[in-house]
Amino acid sequence: MRNTQGTFSFLPDLTDDQISAQIQYCLDKDWAVGVEYCYDPHPRNIYWDMWGNPMFDLKDPKGVMMELADCRKVHGDAYIRLNAFDNTRAVESVTLSFIVNRPKVEPTIRMTRQEVNGRSVRYTHEIVR
Amino acid sequence: MADTAKNTDSTEIKDKKERYKSGVLKYAQMGYWDGDYVPKDTDILALFRMTPQEGVDPIECAAAVAGESSTATWTVVWTDRLTAADQYRAKAYRIDPVPNTPGQYFVYIAYDLILFEPGSLANLTASIIGNVFGFKPLKALRLEDMRFPVAYIKTYKGPSSGIIVERERLDKFGRPLLGATTKPKLGLSGKNYGRVVYEGLKGGLDFMKDDENINSQPFMHFRDRFLYVMEAVNRASAETGEVKGSYLNVTAGTMEEMYRRAELAKELGSVIIMIDLVIGYTAIQSMSEWCRNNDMILHLHRAGHGTYTRQKNHGISFRVIAKWMRLAGVDHIHAGTSVGKLEGDPLVTQGFYNVLREQHNPVDLPRGIFFEQDWGDMLKVMPVASGGIHAGQMHQLIDLFGDDVVLQFGGGTIGHPMGIQAGATANRVALEAMVFARNEGRNILAEGPDILRAAAKWCKPLEAALDVWGSITFDYTSTDTSDFTPMPSVSL
Repeated sequence: MRNTQGTFSFLPDLTDDQISAQIQYCLDKDWAVGVEYCYDPHPRNIYWDMWGNPMFDLKDPKGVMMELADCRKVHGDAYIRLNAFDNTRAVESVTLSFIVNRPKVEPTIRMTRQEVNGRSVRYTHEIVR
Repeated sequence: MADTAKNTDSTEIKDKKERYKSGVLKYAQMGYWDGDYVPKDTDILALFRMTPQEGVDPIECAAAVAGESSTATWTVVWTDRLTAADQYRAKAYRIDPVPNTPGQYFVYIAYDLILFEPGSLANLTASIIGNVFGFKPLKALRLEDMRFPVAYIKTYKGPSSGIIVERERLDKFGRPLLGATTKPKLGLSGKNYGRVVYEGLKGGLDFMKDDENINSQPFMHFRDRFLYVMEAVNRASAETGEVKGSYLNVTAGTMEEMYRRAELAKELGSVIIMIDLVIGYTAIQSMSEWCRNNDMILHLHRAGHGTYTRQKNHGISFRVIAKWMRLAGVDHIHAGTSVGKLEGDPLVTQGFYNVLREQHNPVDLPRGIFFEQDWGDMLKVMPVASGGIHAGQMHQLIDLFGDDVVLQFGGGTIGHPMGIQAGATANRVALEAMVFARNEGRNILAEGPDILRAAAKWCKPLEAALDVWGSITFDYTSTDTSDFTPMPSVSL
């Protein structure tokens, strides 16, 4: 199952040149870019592990690309995403977040139904490899 | 300022004995016109487009509008003298002829802050649009814009989640959100309805949406709809790994029933509920309060607004409704598409988006914004573009509205020749491809059609969508455009 979290998951997997161009867009806007990875792409897994802090004051996408390459070496079979942070007042949040690495075989998600109160159902989701 | 400002008949009578003698005075003589008044930072300001009846002096008419929307009655009353009446009177302080429109005037009126109850839209509107619109000396009247002092803004809690919190909850960043209204809007059984929701969400939409008039009718009780829709939402989440939602419309005949429906939506785990503008301002503020206490996003459908926002000479501009709804605390509001099937001049529509999404609005006459507005850190409302838009217009929509908008392609999703999932996929691919290209520095307005065709080469559903709808446009003249001249002094 192709997990479609992130801004560009419906596009074909991005090349390094394409990733670089998106990073440039972020740096031009003075956003900090961080690398994060995870093995549990649950829809509500908010805190992926950080591969170092977001990089502030960067001018050249190469800085991020080098970190990404290092992260891929160690976590090649994880999901890896790039997050851009905008510290503008009234934003102060993520402004771009896209997946740049996927496991060779992506896990699926099992939905469990718990019948409660008449026809109501409680739903939970669990990652299955 | 018009020359008539110097007409002595329009001057406030300062002599107390004369002023408070029983009988009828002109509104201007009673003190509702003051051409020298300098608005205070703490005043609430309103701009009306006024069309006086033939033979009615525009200044006297402006004073009457100020009077009838504040303290005046038709005759002099001595009980005014028990109050600080001079301060309670609203003051018309400026009047400009509307450029190229004989018989119409822009009237600026200032209201002292003490006239209004904190945090009550009902109270504000009972003054500003209460009696005055039916006043006989007027042929027509339109409330074009308002300016609220920060002190007044701060008496409202504003959006219950706002754009940033909504995005963090949904884990969706850097692109417009994508939605569709479930169709047909009336007649589907709960089970069939949920099917449409599932197909749309699985295919790539972030949201599905109830229509404004789908409540709890004989063909589909609301409980049935909510249960089937939440099965669909959760299944789609499992199939995609994404957080998904469907606006569950809780609009009902009483507050008690709306709360009941909202509680069920919460119990079933929905991230969002929906209400219609027709439930009224107080009900909207109450539902916003409920949403704030229950971690719920609040979607507002602007059902009914066209009855009073569309005609330029009479009613209320939608930009005022947008400001009121930001105060009332909705998180989503339909604000027009410009390129779709419903009314909307592109610049005027951008003006609506600006008052919903920006922290500070400068004066922007081409976009219909007459006042500078500081929002005092009030959260931002996510505008929704819905009505006759399709994937082939993606470049125009992103160019006009940017990322913080929900683009809703109802017919363009459900009417897709290859099915609903394919329709949803076509829209999602078009959206992501266009944002991606824009970020790469391409000129999407010029290259948009090429970017879409390139994506359609590897995405059959998009190819089919462009083949069916690629050439559909709605080119009609807008009725609601802004009237301004670049140099205001030229028109005086």
